[in-house]
Amino acid sequence: MSVDTPNPGNYDNRTAFAEELIALAENDERIVAVCNDSVGSSNLTGFRERFPERLINVGIAEQNMVGVGAGLADRGLIPFVCAAGPFLTGRALEQVKADVAYSGHNVILCGMSPGMAYGELGPTHHSVEDFSWLRALPGLDIVVPADREQTRRAVRDAVADPRPTYIRVGRHKVPDVTQESTPWERGRMQVLREGNDLTLIGTGTLVSRALQAADMLAADGVSVRVLNASWIAPFDEDAVVRAATETGGIVVAEEANVAGGLGAAVASVVAQLPASRARVRLLGLRDFAPTGSTDFLLEHFGLTAQGYVDAAREVLGHA
Amino acid sequence: MIDKDVPQIGRWSEWRERIDAAQDADRDALLHERAQWTRRATITMIDKAKAGHIGGDFSVTDILTVLFNHVLRIDPGNPDWAERDRFILSKGHCAAALYSTLAWCGFFSPDELETFMAPLSALNGHPNRRKVPGVETNTGPLGHGLPVGVGAAIAARLANGPERVFVVLGDGEMQEGSNWEALMSAAHYQLDNLFITIDRNRLQQGARTEDTNGLDPLPEKLAAFGWEVREVDGHDYGALIEAYQPSTSGKPVAVVANTIKGKGVSFIEDRVEWHHKVPTAEQVELALKELS
Repeated sequence: MSVDTPNPGNYDNRTAFAEELIALAENDERIVAVCNDSVGSSNLTGFRERFPERLINVGIAEQNMVGVGAGLADRGLIPFVCAAGPFLTGRALEQVKADVAYSGHNVILCGMSPGMAYGELGPTHHSVEDFSWLRALPGLDIVVPADREQTRRAVRDAVADPRPTYIRVGRHKVPDVTQESTPWERGRMQVLREGNDLTLIGTGTLVSRALQAADMLAADGVSVRVLNASWIAPFDEDAVVRAATETGGIVVAEEANVAGGLGAAVASVVAQLPASRARVRLLGLRDFAPTGSTDFLLEHFGLTAQGYVDAAREVLGHA
Repeated sequence: MIDKDVPQIGRWSEWRERIDAAQDADRDALLHERAQWTRRATITMIDKAKAGHIGGDFSVTDILTVLFNHVLRIDPGNPDWAERDRFILSKGHCAAALYSTLAWCGFFSPDELETFMAPLSALNGHPNRRKVPGVETNTGPLGHGLPVGVGAAIAARLANGPERVFVVLGDGEMQEGSNWEALMSAAHYQLDNLFITIDRNRLQQGARTEDTNGLDPLPEKLAAFGWEVREVDGHDYGALIEAYQPSTSGKPVAVVANTIKGKGVSFIEDRVEWHHKVPTAEQVELALKELS
């Protein structure tokens, strides 16, 4: 581990997810969980113990799983459909499109252990295409909580105002980057740090790394704005416009494919501005991952504080 | 969203009472009259739109007629009634038959049928629940309706609701793996409130099912998957009504309805090319004569 790799933190967001879900389900019988033999990996063991009737395990059958979620929602229940991200989004993509997004059934799709959380298990088990695939579906919220506090909020939102939603529930441990007082509004990025020279945008695991990069750049006298993209959809175009017009450049990093992901969303907004001096750099995956642990792979693809800093210096050098 | 047609609901309701009260040949005659009306409405829609799936529409018409005029607990004036029976047309390409059935019930005005597939019409080539009352879930891609039906049946059970869930599938559609995932789930959860009807017309878009990816012996496969299987003539109203009696085994019920694709029009019946062929003006005239 190189010196610039941030503290990986202490929290697996699945824990906060399960705790919040159980707490809400105590008082709301509409809440049910659906999974694909992933009771353990989706962290639903406690939910099953407390509400055995409301845990529907359809076995290893993801297409059926998502359709079942839609049928449950049709009766006014709030189904949290939980599976490892790659199988939920990839195997059942047409169900997510037709049964959830297009039908408008209020299913909460929970992509567990997303990104490269499964490290050495390889690209079959990585969920790095989910942003690209799901951004293409109108009417589907894509929520990426950056820490345990935001994970709890995402679960609470889903119950308070159910709508077709995909939540990326991280497994790779992350530190707290927000507090209860941090604003949280659907479709809005949060400004975690103000700055005028440059904007760093992160999502999920990358947010703490963006904050660390901001510290490193501040030591060089660079004033850095840090945005947390908790929603990939609806997408906060205004925050990007402000970043492009008020700062000199934007670096976006995501534990996802560059093709069609968060960075692509940012670039498409900037490219359509009538005039902008902002330069944009996108960090993410451009190939299937080689063998390695999650930390190794994040480092391999430059998804680190140092990766942000290198891209930032390039942007500023050209500014 | 198009909306209910109250006078039409009254007409449907009156007919339904007559059908419910009638027996045997009298009842069958009433149902036949409704089915022929639906077929005439369907071919008129397809003629106007110059598109549609006439073969499958006609094979499933008698099944839809029995369900919506005798079996289903529905209230077209209140399509969101929580305890309604759920009906899902998984073979969503047969939307014209569904739309004409829903319009007859008064979920919306039969006048709307003229807009079938016209620009901005609610009546898309495949049904959309957010535009058409009476549609539970958007179908079109095959293999989607049954998993949703399984979820609806589980939800009904969790709510201790009285409703049953009815899913109608094409037989070719049984080649989709998602259906077999759902069949397993329904049996595992012993969803005796779930009824599927397989429109077994033995033809799919390109050829006969048995020449494409054989399904036989279909009833035995369904039984092996843990379903109570009832094989009937899908154009025999009495047999269909009997087949929709409650489960006797605690298992979900699969009705294998042997049908004729294009049923009702001699030159369309059992011909693969009529999966989605559009009739000429002369053929429409001939067909309407046979259906009157």
